[in-house]
Amino acid sequence: MALALQSFATVKDASAALKAAGTRYLGGGTLVLRAANEGDVSVSGLVRSTDPALSVITVSGGTIRIGASVTMAAIARHPELGQLAKAARAVGGPAIRNMATVGGNLFAPSPYGDFAVALLALDAMVSTNDGEMPMEAFLAKRGGSRAIVTSVSFTRPAQGSFRFVKVSRVKPKGVSVLSIAAILEQAGDGTISSARIALGCMADRPMRAKTAEKALLGRTLDADGIASALAAAGDGTAPITDPIASAWYRAQVLPVHLGRLLLS
Amino acid sequence: MAKVPVQFTLNGSEKAEFVESGTTLLNALRDKIGDTSPKGGCHQGTCGACSVIVDGELRLSCLTLAETCNGAAITTTSGLAEGGVLHPLQRAFLDAFATQCGFCTPGMLMAAKVLLDHTPDPSRDDVVEALSGNICRCTGYEPIIQAVLTAARANSQNAA
Repeated sequence: MALALQSFATVKDASAALKAAGTRYLGGGTLVLRAANEGDVSVSGLVRSTDPALSVITVSGGTIRIGASVTMAAIARHPELGQLAKAARAVGGPAIRNMATVGGNLFAPSPYGDFAVALLALDAMVSTNDGEMPMEAFLAKRGGSRAIVTSVSFTRPAQGSFRFVKVSRVKPKGVSVLSIAAILEQAGDGTISSARIALGCMADRPMRAKTAEKALLGRTLDADGIASALAAAGDGTAPITDPIASAWYRAQVLPVHLGRLLLS
Repeated sequence: MAKVPVQFTLNGSEKAEFVESGTTLLNALRDKIGDTSPKGGCHQGTCGACSVIVDGELRLSCLTLAETCNGAAITTTSGLAEGGVLHPLQRAFLDAFATQCGFCTPGMLMAAKVLLDHTPDPSRDDVVEALSGNICRCTGYEPIIQAVLTAARANSQNAA
């Protein structure tokens, strides 16, 4: 089914056009055109903005800002985003990574959206034409907003503090069984002073493992130190069931993979 | 449905067409221009059979709108052979029996071409990674991987 596309030079004009019923914003196309090809009749028109600012990566001091139209491939090859390259490369195969955008990944339903999991752990701020909000708040109401995402920004993680794993059955590319991103900071004595853990596929959208985060504080990164965090890893989760894995399986293997990530 | 003009270079030749707004690049190439080398497989971005090269990057033509490719340089499998001589990748696929039903082959060739354009001497892992977005249900992949490595070796020998 052909869908009329409207292109606008500015986000403001695109936003106005997006108010029409049945319209969807077109980023890289890997979500919305997939839906249209599948026969999603709720999509009757497409809107996009060609503003070049949407495709810019800015690294300024300790802050990284990534435009919403930046692709996963661009992130993976950016010399100053090396820590995030693994999470960007976790998204699809090479062609998908050339098309899939940061903005689009924020809306990807489980089992997709692996890069959004990384952004949640990074405590990213999401900028839209309506303002800025924390990633967690954005994810909570992402389905109901008609605002256009313009960029995400976050503090550059300290070297070695960011960890990410995508668990899949098919290598090197496969749909997620689950994904985990973590930012861990350690005090001088080696105990954990700060922990943020984000999970993918453990709900319909990326979520924090807050009980596990608290359980890590003041503990050391060894088998005994992380035991209580692993026991609490599933608190508050509602894993998805899909052809890749059942909710039961995802719940069973979450502590195993979280443990490996924390001890890696 | 409104029709929009689309101009791009396809395998080195200028093309200008009017397409319905929202037409995928896959449909424009196959139905309007008559280049049926990109195949419509899953239409979901999963199988890679529709892969083409747009401005040097591998793209899925089933998830790309034709009108977003205005002014682009597009390469399809139809453009690989020159003067009736098969591209080294095509020759290697034939020699290694890396194609059976043939439906995935154009997408595989495009993915392999982008790899060799950027990495002339790839490792086996590089090849596996480059082909990871393309599904084949016949060959078991190993003949395809070997064909790409063979083509890479042939290229490096020719360059030496």
